[in-house]
Amino acid sequence: MPPRSGGPEELRISGDDDVVRVRQLVRTYAQQTKLSLVDQTKLVTAASELARNTLIYGGGGFARVEEISDGRRSGVRASFHDEGPGIPDLTLALADGWSSGSGLGLGLSGARRLVDEFDLDTEVGRGTVVTVVKWKR
Amino acid sequence: MTADAGDAQRLTEVLRANAESLIDKWVSAVAGLLRGRSTKTELERDFREFFTALLPLVGSDGRDVGGPRFTEIRSLLEEYSRSRVRAGFTPTETASSVFSLKREVFELTQDDPSLHREVLVFSGLLDSLGLLTFESYARVREEIIREQAEQLLELTTPVVKIWEGVLAVPLVGTLDSARTQVVMEKLLESLVETGSEHAIIDITGVSAVDTQVAQHLLKTVVAARLMGAECIVSGIRPQIAQTIVALGIEFGDIVTKASLADALRHALRREGVDVVRREVG
Repeated sequence: MPPRSGGPEELRISGDDDVVRVRQLVRTYAQQTKLSLVDQTKLVTAASELARNTLIYGGGGFARVEEISDGRRSGVRASFHDEGPGIPDLTLALADGWSSGSGLGLGLSGARRLVDEFDLDTEVGRGTVVTVVKWKR
Repeated sequence: MTADAGDAQRLTEVLRANAESLIDKWVSAVAGLLRGRSTKTELERDFREFFTALLPLVGSDGRDVGGPRFTEIRSLLEEYSRSRVRAGFTPTETASSVFSLKREVFELTQDDPSLHREVLVFSGLLDSLGLLTFESYARVREEIIREQAEQLLELTTPVVKIWEGVLAVPLVGTLDSARTQVVMEKLLESLVETGSEHAIIDITGVSAVDTQVAQHLLKTVVAARLMGAECIVSGIRPQIAQTIVALGIEFGDIVTKASLADALRHALRREGVDVVRREVG
């Protein structure tokens, strides 16, 4: 794990307003790290998708955002934690166009394509943690 | 801590006897603090009311500030806080109005040691009332914010007619379910009212387009289409375009344009209107 260079910040996700707040927080970090406008938008959009997943499918949880560095470059890491039902079939969940809810089915798979690193840790009955990283180019 | 009735009685007597000069000094102190943003006449009227309501409460240390005895002064202070919020005063300035009386009472009674205990209790009472003002201030401010949020919901979703048969909906900020619902309703109603066949939904002011926003947009477009109108989505900035592609959102056969101007030109052409530049001079 790369050493931390920016203080982490956590936000509770328990309503639609919180999704907006997470988005604003991630945008602030992305701007601080001086990601390009396109990368900022991609990361913010991915965070928006994942925060909404935490809210809708995970029944709420929290988001953690921090600035990171691996010595050569800096980046922003955002992780989304819930203690919901977990994801029983990862392959299906990550397939384009599949949704267990009423969405477009692109949130999780799309978010993965928007970031540089994507890590999904899930256990049925325990919850899900999704961690994404966007590096500064 | 509650002083016995005799001492409380004495402090009340002292306060009543010096009411005029106390109120006068109190008003001057607060007027100085507010640097002329509130006239002395206004302050004097308010403070005289407070003072009158406060006198029977001398002897209480303010712990029962939520009780029935305090009903009158509570409503006075709430009304005062409300007017202060509307007039743009800070919470500190508002609460200081109450705290300022303390200093005047201290000065008045400093030469009479037998009253000190009672003045201490009175000071506790003023603290409670000051905090009450502070709380009312915060509550009123929250009310205002809530009102504004509701007004904003209406304000930020105007549907404007920009040409015969062409409507425009400039979207700004965050597009959530509630907003989309308002936008969709207003757009569909306006389509009927104006008999328009084209609607331009401009998302220049939308900060991020994620799958939920896209889904809301698609629904709105489909609903408009069912009513025989064609929607054009405009204001797709480069970073948004790249994000939409990476997300894998398909806009299908919906016409999208980079700018509102492009969208208008497209709509006009479909309406059979050509814009021609005329030689000037």
